[in-house]
Amino acid sequence: MTITEKILARHSGRSRVEPGETIWVDVDFLMTHDVCGPGTIGIFHKHFGKHARVWNREKVVLIPDHYIFTHDSHARRNLEILRRFAKEQNLPYFYDAGSEAYRGVCHVALAEEGFTVPGSLLFGTDSHTCTAGAFGMFATGIGNTDAGFILGTGKLWVKVPATMRFILEGELPPYVMAKDVILKIIGDMGVDGATYRAMEFTGDAVHEMNMEERMTLCNMVIEAGAKNGIVAADKTTVDFVHTRTDRSFDIIANDPNARFYSTAIYTASQIEPQVAKPFSPENVECARNLQNIHLDQCYIGSCTGGKITDFVAAAKILKGRTVGVKTVLVPATTQVERALEQEKLDGCCLKDIFLDAGADIGRPSCAACLGGPEDTFGRLQGEEVCLSTTNRNFPGRMGSSRSQTYLASPMTVAASAVKGRITDPREFIG
Amino acid sequence: MKKEMISGRVYVLGDDIDTDQIIPANYLVYDLDDPNERKQYGRYALSGVPQEEAGLPKGKIPFVLPGENCSHYAIVIGGKNFGCGSSREHAPIALSMAGVRVVIAQSYARIFYRNVVDGGYFIPYESREALHQIVGTGDTIEIYIQKQPVIRLQSGDEYGLNPLGPVADIISCKGLFGYAKKQGLIR
Repeated sequence: MTITEKILARHSGRSRVEPGETIWVDVDFLMTHDVCGPGTIGIFHKHFGKHARVWNREKVVLIPDHYIFTHDSHARRNLEILRRFAKEQNLPYFYDAGSEAYRGVCHVALAEEGFTVPGSLLFGTDSHTCTAGAFGMFATGIGNTDAGFILGTGKLWVKVPATMRFILEGELPPYVMAKDVILKIIGDMGVDGATYRAMEFTGDAVHEMNMEERMTLCNMVIEAGAKNGIVAADKTTVDFVHTRTDRSFDIIANDPNARFYSTAIYTASQIEPQVAKPFSPENVECARNLQNIHLDQCYIGSCTGGKITDFVAAAKILKGRTVGVKTVLVPATTQVERALEQEKLDGCCLKDIFLDAGADIGRPSCAACLGGPEDTFGRLQGEEVCLSTTNRNFPGRMGSSRSQTYLASPMTVAASAVKGRITDPREFIG
Repeated sequence: MKKEMISGRVYVLGDDIDTDQIIPANYLVYDLDDPNERKQYGRYALSGVPQEEAGLPKGKIPFVLPGENCSHYAIVIGGKNFGCGSSREHAPIALSMAGVRVVIAQSYARIFYRNVVDGGYFIPYESREALHQIVGTGDTIEIYIQKQPVIRLQSGDEYGLNPLGPVADIISCKGLFGYAKKQGLIR
C-alpha cells in the first residue's frame, strides 16, 4: 500500500484497503473556521439535538481567519457564533479573533500549533486543508454536512484514492520555489488532472525543502482536483513537529510493492519561474514570456504564499529596492507577523525592508486571497491586474469581477513589484 | 431510487465552473440557518459567472432575475470539472435555494460532488457527451430518473447519463444523515 492507503487503512481498523473502496474512518482532528463553522454548527445541532456534545472536545479546532478585520455585521455575527459554540462545548482549541489566542490563516496555524503530526487524519471545512499532507498525514477539505456529522460521531466515509507519484530529482535552482514546482505540475496535468486521487511528492528536491515549502506543494493539489497531497515524513518533519507538540505520531512509508496510479519525473534544475494566467491555475506560462504584462497590484500572502519562507524570499529581492506598483503583504499568522520583525537579512529586519521598499503590510488573515467583504485589505475593487502568491485566479476571486489575477512565487511577485510588470526573478537572483 | 421524470428549462454553462462563480465569497457571510438570510444564496446563485459565459450559447442571460430569489431554470448543464475550487457547501445550497433539481456535467470536482450528495441538495448526473454544446439555455428537457438515467432534449433526441453508482444509496436517503440512520450508524 501507499502512505495514503496505509493511513486510511489504520483509521478504518482494517489491515488493507484498495483504491476505489468506500470506507468509514475515525477522525483525529476536525478543523473549521468562521466561514464554514457557523453552518457546520447549525447542522450538528439540527441532527444531534440542541444539547448535543461534540464527540471529542480535544479533537475539534476552531480557527477563525477569513473575515476578521471587517466592519461587515454578518461576518462579525459569524465570529460570535463560533465564540458561543466554543463556550457551550468548552473547546480548548479556539483561536478567537481579537484575543491573544488569535493566530490567522488556519492551515498555517494548524502546523504552528502542532496539530499536523505524521500518520494522522485531519478533515477541515476548507479545500486547502490538503496543505497538512506535507507532514506525512492524510488531510482533506469537506463541507458543512460532513463536518457536522464528524462533530457528532468522529467518523466519515471516504473513497480510497489511488496515488499519483511526482518525483522531483536533483536540486532546485535558487530562483525557483515550491510554488513554481506545483504551478508547473498543475499546468502539465490540468485542473482536473488528479480528481479523486492522492498526489505524492518525493525525490531529493522535495526532501531538501523545509516544511513551509512542502506545505506550499501540498496546498495547491486541490487546484489539480486531488483529494490529498502527501510528502513522506523525514527528519525535517520530525524536527518541526517536536518543537511544537508532544503528541505521539507514526512515520509511515510506502510499502516496497506499493502500487501507484502514475509516476511523473521532473528534473528540478530545469524548472523555471512559472506564472498562472487568468482565469485558471492550469493556464501556466514561464514568467519570462509574460514580461509585457503590466501590473496594478502585487500581493504576497495566504496559506500558499504568506509564510516566513515566502517573506524571506521576497525580502531578498526587495532589500534596498523600491516597488514600482502598489504592493500588499499579508502575513498568514501572528507568528509570521512577529517573524517579520525578528528575521533579519544583512542586519535589517524583514518588516523594515518591506516598509522601506514602499509596501503596505496588513494584519494576519486570509484577507484578499478570496476577495471577501468590500472593506477587506488588499481586495481588488475595479479592473486591476494583480500578480499574487495566492492559489486561485478564478474570475472575481480576489474581489471585483472585472479584475484579473496572475499567480506566481513570492520571488517572482517581489521582482515584478519592483518593475511594475511581470518579471522573472533571475533578473535579480542568478 | 424511485422512478421519476423531471422536466424543466435548462441553464447552460461551460467547463470548470468554480465555486467562486457559483457563489462569490463576499456573500458567504449570510447565515445558512436563518431562513431569510438563506434565501440570499438563491438570489446570488451563479452571480459570479462572467457575462459572456452566463447562459450559453449566447451568454449574458441572468440565472436569477434581479430582485428575485429563485431561478426560472430547474436544470443546470455544464462541461467538465463542475464545482472546482473551494469546499464551501454554500455552493450547492445556492443552486438548491435557486430551485435547481438536477445538475448534469461531464465531470465534477470531488468536494462539490460530495457536498451535493451528502447534503442531499439535488441530483448530480454525469453525461457522457458534451451536452453543454448540444443544448441551449432556455430549452426544455426531460430527465428520466432511473437506474440507467436518460435525458430527452427538446429535439426529441435522447442521451443516456451515467448511473449514480455507489452514491445512489446516499442520494435516495436524501443525504448523509438519512443514509447513516438507515445503516444504523446514528439514531
